[in-house]
Amino acid sequence: MNTKYMNPYLAGVLLGLVLLATIFITGRGLGASGAIKSLVVFAVDGVAPAHAERSDFYGTYVGPGKDSPLKSWLVFEVAGVLIGGFISGLVSDRLKVVTESGPRIRPRARWFFAATGGALFGIGAQFARGCTSGAALSGMAVLSAAGFITMLAIFGTGYAVAYVFRRLWI
Amino acid sequence: MGPFVPDLISDQLNLVVALLLGIAFGFVLEQAGFSSSRKLAGVFYGYDFTVLRVFFTAAVTAMSGVVLLGALGLLDTDVIYVNPTWLLPAIVGGAIMGVGFVLGGYCPGTSVCAAAIGKVDAMFFVGGGLLGVLIFGELFPLYEGFYHSTDLGAITVFQSLGISQGVFAFALIVVAVAAFAITTRIERKVDPNGAPSLQFPVGSHRAAAAGVLLLGVVFLILPDRKTALVERFSDPQYIAAHPTAVMPVDELAFRIVDNEPNIRIIDIRSANAFTAAALPNAVNARIRDFFGKDWIPLLSPRHVKKVIVGENEQEERTAVLLLQDLGYENCTALEGGYGAFDRAILHPTGPVSTGSRWDADVNTFRAGARVDILKKIEESKHAVKVVKTAKKIQGGC
Repeated sequence: MNTKYMNPYLAGVLLGLVLLATIFITGRGLGASGAIKSLVVFAVDGVAPAHAERSDFYGTYVGPGKDSPLKSWLVFEVAGVLIGGFISGLVSDRLKVVTESGPRIRPRARWFFAATGGALFGIGAQFARGCTSGAALSGMAVLSAAGFITMLAIFGTGYAVAYVFRRLWI
Repeated sequence: MGPFVPDLISDQLNLVVALLLGIAFGFVLEQAGFSSSRKLAGVFYGYDFTVLRVFFTAAVTAMSGVVLLGALGLLDTDVIYVNPTWLLPAIVGGAIMGVGFVLGGYCPGTSVCAAAIGKVDAMFFVGGGLLGVLIFGELFPLYEGFYHSTDLGAITVFQSLGISQGVFAFALIVVAVAAFAITTRIERKVDPNGAPSLQFPVGSHRAAAAGVLLLGVVFLILPDRKTALVERFSDPQYIAAHPTAVMPVDELAFRIVDNEPNIRIIDIRSANAFTAAALPNAVNARIRDFFGKDWIPLLSPRHVKKVIVGENEQEERTAVLLLQDLGYENCTALEGGYGAFDRAILHPTGPVSTGSRWDADVNTFRAGARVDILKKIEESKHAVKVVKTAKKIQGGC
């Protein structure tokens, strides 16, 4: 029973080694938003295949002769994140259905803002071709200019608007 | 030499690898505390800088590994996926995500991890993420032009800043260590009693900082292996001190006319020069291509003589020296480069005196060879000349 979090620098080194192993073995980085995109493309293709194939956005991933959008590297990797997170929660005794929020906000409002934040990430990650993991972290590891630009844009904007939304967290 | 995909690991097995790496990724994220939105949001309010510590340390660790493995020749950094830059979309997309981070308290990877241990807010975040992609997809025609704008390709950050990889890596480490020290002070000011950094063993953290700065200094003096080798073999003094095999133009002409199967002409001139005029069945390559795995089948047979054709003999001998250093045998430069061959055989201005008593024979041979080789060049234009070029690995979200 250990509910304490790992030393952040140790966790950072381990996370860096996981990313390095990914690059060394597969030649590509880690990601997350790509799997969310694959799920959406899969759903749209299932509900309205003609619409999906006509679209310049979904059409890149679906169509005759193409594998299912779910058969992608990131979908399997994110399935692993779910499993890995669950195992970690299990061994550190942190499995609990709970809503986490700042001291001045009710759970319902927290849910609304969490969903809104998720939606903004869903949109932003398409423009930036990846989120904090796929574009910023993995991009920085291979010294890609995009990785550093996206990282600065995410955290810079975060600090710029943090004061406006302070009631959500402090 | 890494990466192992796609040569050693098939696309199918790669999906299993993805699952295993994902498990490790999720486990570390959760252990670091990234399954807690309050911890994540703390980075924007100064009460908890865990995100910055983990994120920056991970980026520095992975980057250092990539640079070191590349320098040691264990990882082919020319084929790994470098996220391409669409400048304005990256900035706008990053800004949208920044607002999303403060509102939602997660990013996509951490939300999946938090949902796995039962955080309800994280489940809403994931649902919102799905909705966001759907909104983006449905409205795509509105900003399709912008989405594809300012495409700068797969540029690296140190190139765009105009500095070397080593200097950038060193600077990043210095910035990271400074950021860790400063944010720890801020954290303790904001929350003098509950700051997470109060738990740290200070001594070992100082030692770690010193160690990582030392690593940064190593990057300053560590040359990129490929660049260093090419530079060493380009040095005129080195070339003068290390003679290589050189094939006279007439010998090459004879072998081409003779349809000799065991020669391979490798043209290292620019793609434009190569397209404009090249020897029959020649393949075009950049000198740096020789480091790649794709050229092994073509270069490694010992019984095949590899004739390097360049703008001049100097450049050819650089390539031959490099090939020898990489372990390829039976390589030779062409005397005088492509220009000499062109002047002597293909487009002579008139009969040339070689100063020997065989002048007439030489000129007869060259005249015959000219007709034959020009015909072969014409024929080989229709054939495919391009060797499988280094395949870039596809990645990204």
